[in-house]
Amino acid sequence: MAAVKVLQILASGPLTTLQDLGRTGYGAFGVPPSGAVDAFSLRIGNLLVGNPDHTAGLEITLMGLRAKVLSEMVVAITGGDMQPLHNGRPLPMWEAALLNPGDTLSFQVAKTGCRSYLTVGGGFEAPKIMGSAATNLSTGFGGLDGRALKKGDLLASHSPHTHLGCAGNRLHGAMVPEYADNWRLRVIWGPQEPDFPQATKTRFLKDAFTVTSESDRTGIRLKGPLLPAKEGLPTSIISEGVVPGAIQVPGSGQPIILLGETVTGGYRKIATVISADLPWLGQIRPDHGVKFEAVTLSEAQKALQKREDTLNRLREQIGSHPICTQGTTP
Amino acid sequence: MNPPHPNPQYRLMGDRSLLVELGNEIGPEINQHVRCLYLALQTAPLEGLTDTMPGYRSILLVFDPLKLTPTLIQAHVDGLLQEMDPASLPEPETHRVPVVYGDEYGPDLTMVADYHQTTPEAIIQRHTATHYRVYMIGFTPGFPYMGQLPQNLVTPRRDIPRTAVPPGSVAIAEEQTGIYPVQSPGGWQILGFTPLRLFDPARHPPALIHMGDRVRFYAIQKQELRQWRQ
Repeated sequence: MAAVKVLQILASGPLTTLQDLGRTGYGAFGVPPSGAVDAFSLRIGNLLVGNPDHTAGLEITLMGLRAKVLSEMVVAITGGDMQPLHNGRPLPMWEAALLNPGDTLSFQVAKTGCRSYLTVGGGFEAPKIMGSAATNLSTGFGGLDGRALKKGDLLASHSPHTHLGCAGNRLHGAMVPEYADNWRLRVIWGPQEPDFPQATKTRFLKDAFTVTSESDRTGIRLKGPLLPAKEGLPTSIISEGVVPGAIQVPGSGQPIILLGETVTGGYRKIATVISADLPWLGQIRPDHGVKFEAVTLSEAQKALQKREDTLNRLREQIGSHPICTQGTTP
Repeated sequence: MNPPHPNPQYRLMGDRSLLVELGNEIGPEINQHVRCLYLALQTAPLEGLTDTMPGYRSILLVFDPLKLTPTLIQAHVDGLLQEMDPASLPEPETHRVPVVYGDEYGPDLTMVADYHQTTPEAIIQRHTATHYRVYMIGFTPGFPYMGQLPQNLVTPRRDIPRTAVPPGSVAIAEEQTGIYPVQSPGGWQILGFTPLRLFDPARHPPALIHMGDRVRFYAIQKQELRQWRQ
């Protein structure tokens, strides 16, 4: 079936890209995962409109996307609250809504969080490169020609009409994440935590950090107490692979939380954010406060299980509405 | 004779990756162990392992924490290390890489020659005289970290990194040489340019040069570039 044009971009905002759950398995070739920084919100969005988890949606940063609807379709908006409007009226988030050709969809400034996700039933069409449609901005591939969206772009979907029955699906209010201005991120120490003196480790947990404006999809840069390594150690280490959430401390002593655009690094990682809290990294923005809390591996595993349970509950709840999977075919 | 078994250090990097360190220095022997373990993991993949990133002296194993635990991975890797024999590795692939040295293609060649109190020709001769080992791929997609440079070519990084190094730049820093596959910032000294396409997202595999390969540079004239461009 030919792809159907679903959206025309009227204004892109500062940064809007196509993202799915990212590329896995290409680290040995130096290819980073990319993908939605808040993968949890993207997954919820995809569930609500009847898509598989790994389907590409729009990641909208801070504000400003405006688009014209070109086809009948269902969409869901999840993540940070940019007070989305449908034909000028507030559109509820965390809920699948039916849109019609000629409608407009617009996003204001993020009231909470940093990134909104727009998913469409049937998914946005984008070629899969190394198993993923995610946009890799620094190298310039994936998504829409490897770049951010701009005014005039047309986005297509393969099967928007078969998902119309998903309209009305919603995430229960109690399950909607609440975004703070001051974040508490759970971490596991290491891998290079033995290179830091006890005083640095104490400060790392006790003091608050502020997110700087140099933060972007490559990393969250923090300002706060200096985190020196033990005396006499060189500032860098032998380069090694890294994962999103690793907190590296360069020579400046100011930590950077790495996100999914980096595969290797030559600085010490004092600690690493646990999987259950990785989605929060997508909602932290400049001037927000960050505090760290050290947990054990088993606590991290339990926290992740809890997060997955939310998705499973939603999956069950939606699965009991056959109309979403049955749909209507034009 | 039993091969020397590296004594691995396991370090958690969060709850979804485990760093396996096989030594604590940059050198061919440890890197050979890394390559050996990397290839062993390719032949005996572990369900739930989502990525393996070989480095100079370590491998980062990324896994799905809902399917695997660090304990299970450690047991698997310990088993592989017991059996592995670096002497039985397949011959690495050797790439001959054409380079236009100097002028606008290698803006730092003269400076590097001055630093070593010699001529640009001597620098080219030194850079092309050795087979380099590809220690790891990283920094940007397809970027090979290679070594070791001969002692008389070891040069510090630039004081001020460039904000945009063009793709194809062949560069050196300290004891390493590398090739920038895509435009990126960079602080290495640029000696020349290769027309080879080191990274192509549409190709499989996307990187031309892999960890463990060998690279030998050779000088070409800029007039020859045309024949390299299809």
